[in-house]
Amino acid sequence: MSTATNLQGHSGQTTAFLTDSTLCIGCKACEVACKEWNGVSADGFDWSGFSYDNTGAVGHSTWRHVKFVEGNPQPGFGGNAGEAISWEFSSDVCKHCEVAGCLEACPTGAITRMEFGAVYVQPDVCNGCSYCVVACPFGVVQKNVEDGRAFKCTFCSDRQRVGLEPACAKACPTQSIKFGEINQFRNEAQDRLQELKARGIEDATVYDPQDTSVGGIHSIFLVRGDPRTYNLPPKPEVPTIYLKDGWRSAGIAAGMMVVAGLAAFLSTPAKNGKRLEGAGR
Amino acid sequence: MAENHPVGFQWVIEAREKNKATVIHVDPRFTRTSAMADIWVPLRCGSDIVFLGGLIHYVLENEKYFREYVVHYTNAPTLLREDFRDTEDLDGFFSGWDAEKKLYDPTTWLYEGSPEKGALFGGPLPKVEKDQQQAGHEKRGIVGPGQTAETAKQDFTLRHPRCVFQVLKKHFARYTPEMVEQCCGVPKELFQKVAEAYCSASGPDKTAAICYALGWTQHSKGVQIIRAASILQMLLGNMGRPGGGIMALRGHASIQGSTDVATLYDILPGYLPTPIFNRDARSLKDYITYNKAKTGVWSDFDKYIISFLKAYYGDSATAENDFCFDYLPRVTGDHSHFGFWLDMADGKVEGLFLMGQNPGVGGPNARLERKALAKLKWLVVRDMVEVEPASFWYKSPEVERGELSPETVATEVFLFPASGVSEKAGTFTNTQRLLQFHEKGGDPPGDSTSDTWFMVHLGRRLKAKAAADPRPRNAPLNALKWDYSVAGKDAEPKVEEVLQEINGWTTADHRLISGSSELQADGSTACGTWIYSGCYPEPGRNRPNERQSRDLYGHGWGFAWPSDRRILYNRASARPDGKPWSERKKLVWWDEQQRQWTGLDVPDFYRDKPPDYKPPEGAVGAAGIGGDQPFILHPDGVAWLFVSAGLKDGPLPTHYEPLESPLPNPLYKGSNSDPAAMKRERPDNPYARSPGDPSFPYVLSTYRLTEHHTAGGMSRTLSHLAELQPELFCEVSPELASEIGLKHGAFATITSPRGIVEARVMVTNRLKPLSVEGRSIHQIGIPFHFGTNGLVTGDSANDLLPISEEPNVRIMEAKALVCDITPGRRPRGKAALEFLARKMEAA
Ligand code: SF4
Ligand code: SF4
Repeated sequence: MSTATNLQGHSGQTTAFLTDSTLCIGCKACEVACKEWNGVSADGFDWSGFSYDNTGAVGHSTWRHVKFVEGNPQPGFGGNAGEAISWEFSSDVCKHCEVAGCLEACPTGAITRMEFGAVYVQPDVCNGCSYCVVACPFGVVQKNVEDGRAFKCTFCSDRQRVGLEPACAKACPTQSIKFGEINQFRNEAQDRLQELKARGIEDATVYDPQDTSVGGIHSIFLVRGDPRTYNLPPKPEVPTIYLKDGWRSAGIAAGMMVVAGLAAFLSTPAKNGKRLEGAGR
Repeated sequence: MAENHPVGFQWVIEAREKNKATVIHVDPRFTRTSAMADIWVPLRCGSDIVFLGGLIHYVLENEKYFREYVVHYTNAPTLLREDFRDTEDLDGFFSGWDAEKKLYDPTTWLYEGSPEKGALFGGPLPKVEKDQQQAGHEKRGIVGPGQTAETAKQDFTLRHPRCVFQVLKKHFARYTPEMVEQCCGVPKELFQKVAEAYCSASGPDKTAAICYALGWTQHSKGVQIIRAASILQMLLGNMGRPGGGIMALRGHASIQGSTDVATLYDILPGYLPTPIFNRDARSLKDYITYNKAKTGVWSDFDKYIISFLKAYYGDSATAENDFCFDYLPRVTGDHSHFGFWLDMADGKVEGLFLMGQNPGVGGPNARLERKALAKLKWLVVRDMVEVEPASFWYKSPEVERGELSPETVATEVFLFPASGVSEKAGTFTNTQRLLQFHEKGGDPPGDSTSDTWFMVHLGRRLKAKAAADPRPRNAPLNALKWDYSVAGKDAEPKVEEVLQEINGWTTADHRLISGSSELQADGSTACGTWIYSGCYPEPGRNRPNERQSRDLYGHGWGFAWPSDRRILYNRASARPDGKPWSERKKLVWWDEQQRQWTGLDVPDFYRDKPPDYKPPEGAVGAAGIGGDQPFILHPDGVAWLFVSAGLKDGPLPTHYEPLESPLPNPLYKGSNSDPAAMKRERPDNPYARSPGDPSFPYVLSTYRLTEHHTAGGMSRTLSHLAELQPELFCEVSPELASEIGLKHGAFATITSPRGIVEARVMVTNRLKPLSVEGRSIHQIGIPFHFGTNGLVTGDSANDLLPISEEPNVRIMEAKALVCDITPGRRPRGKAALEFLARKMEAA
């Protein structure tokens, strides 16, 4: 286990999402169910040209986001005909990190660890300083500039409290999103990986980084191809590991720059600066 | 299916994951469904019968058919008349074609020995107008009493040159893999792969299912495409067995229900044909003679119709007055959506109710449909939002282009707010014929009311008016039974009462009946929809509202008509001797000890009829069906590879090009497109030249997206859905894009002889040019959800479609037409019309 588990904020909770993209049909029910349940507003009616994705990325007004990747032919199911292309769908969400960069960076205490392991932004405390935004290694939490505060997935804590699963998992018709116990999911994901490989889907991977300063995540993914395609960095780090006694402030600046650079490199284009290229790339 | 039926698609995913089922997706575009499939087959729009015919050919040539099933459970052994001629003999026509009337006389398609229909009346049939004859859904009328096993001659060795099996073989002889490659653009190897995969998934211990949607229906030969699929399923023994069958994926949650409890002009509830003026409508006796079969389920036709009339007219309906049969409306012409819309365009219609329908966006030649609204005196629109037909007079492309203006449109428009599904109680009937009741979740906002509320109260007011005015014209209204009770502050009708009326009761003591077997032809029972009978068998037992699923087939959850059978014709899941074909695929079987049919589903058969029962000569009704004849809706008890009566465009499916096609028909010179299809060509509904109009060189197909609901009234108005697909786009291949300079993300203008729209260009490898007959054919895809109202707006792709009518069910051809596409935005205002006019002149 990473030493990071001893750091402040470790959840000690075992609830998690398992998002199996090989079962995802790209229906976006998760995205809509999330917005409906949480009262999140729409974020503009802009056609992006990025395949069927018009909401861009996870952000302050999109807590679940389904990415559409049109690619080259891949063996196994999903457009396996030699001349066909592949079209991958994957639903992204907050990772509810064991050691959450956002929580560590938040100077007001607005971001707290809740029961069920949820990393939660208290809207009545958040002052919109945006420290969390640059501290998240996944580019999840985002400031709503009109509102002035930062927003992200709540792990549907309100639903969990009354014994309901998160809205996205509930809405998913194909069980691409499952909600349950992390250790069980870790086994399940490995079994599924073996099964997929046996069926010729060699490029499947489980995304569940544990040996980094993030100390484990509560949103495990099963994707095809390079996880970076789906906004999943290979080695996510909490910026605070760059902190050294006496160099605290300099360290923050440096760490923020690294992370910001990383985020800029990895993230899909921002919603406003949509690039237009062939969707079939 | 993943695109438009994501919730139902979970079962496909489950089959793929749990049973390792192979998923094959045949579609011109690579869609979300293709992404989940094992094999994707892109094919040319409108070439489906060649593809399916190729599979039929493969099955017959390679002897892959399920012989015992085919011999016993289909009409393969039945002999046809000597004077029957196939399209292969007559260059694209079956025998009986009347070139002048453009219509078939189906007499030569009858089985050998079948009496002709006129024999019922002791002479030739009364002649009726073509428009009436085309009344689509009526099928019973043409199934003469001769179509029974009794008079038909059979050759169970399947060798007789005139037996259906041999005729079928000959008919599909030219549907070779080469023909598939040449016509559909599907490479031989890919076709071979599909054929092998499909056949290997069928047999005694395996079954394969076909799911289709509007991609098959909306063609000038849509019914025949589905017929081709059913021939394939019959040959492979995939009907009436678990995991088999053909699933029609309906466009809305309860479209199945709306056909069952009919909203169509040519059928009454329960698929009873609407009487046709001057043919079977002269008296109840004539009507019954015409429509009643001698054997099988339809031999009880008189019980169904008389019980139905008792439900409509109650005590007013007596044996003396033909149970008020004369009050039923008659088919006097083409009253289908397109028929009356063209009438409307011609100023022949005064008023219109539009309830939850948006033809201003969703109708073909939507321009014509919107403009026709201006010819009405009044228009009632009931919807949850202000849909386009309600605003055509002040906000529409026609207003922008100066064709209509608020100052001159005289139509009085009444927009009524309607409650949504969750704001009212009622049932859905899904594609599996499953009725599911839903309770009301909450009150609708403002003045919104349910459709039931509206109809019941409208009926009450009309009846009150009629009661005060006893002129003969009001007699039907005065006879109508309309005693629905209402309750609550809004005087809401109790929908369960309606469901009880649909179920049926005895007229003397109002006892709910347990099923259609209790129905009588003497007026002692009333039943709104005989096929639904049994859904409310006793007070307090609303079976569609039951939610305790007991088994794999879901018995205990809802109610599947008829009689809660989850799989139709399930007698076919057992061998002729009554034992299951295999342990793995067992469903119902004959229990020798109990002397009855039993199993995992409610047997769709006469419960105590032993498998070895042979009907005695002259047997009628149920007694006329043998113990090994599972298809009891048919008078001969078997499935029809060859449909000798009931179709308007031929007894067998055969390939015709779409009404507008870039290519000539590779099979027939004599008829490029389905000769019986109706183009309804007129100045406001023009067509491109076919085949191969150089002005419109590309193939166009419309479709829907997961994110939107049909004409968009329920999705373009909701921000959480509208943001997901906020703009009209068209999908083109990179090859086409570079050929004519279309840029990804820029605009393109698409024109057809009917209209002009602009859309953002999506260049994607999910579309690819097909090599067909040595040429490269470009296909363009465009969703049709957009209109002028709502949070996201855009041109309506349906402006491009013609109004056309498939001859059997009168559906338009939306999935295969031709167009032109050019880079850039379309002209605005009047200039758009001028652009179109110039284009047509050049053509
Ligand atoms: S993914 Fe980002 S926003 Fe979510 S808990 Fe981790 S650091 Fe915080
Ligand atoms: S609801 Fe499920 S299937 Fe649909 S997009 Fe989300 S993860 Fe994929």
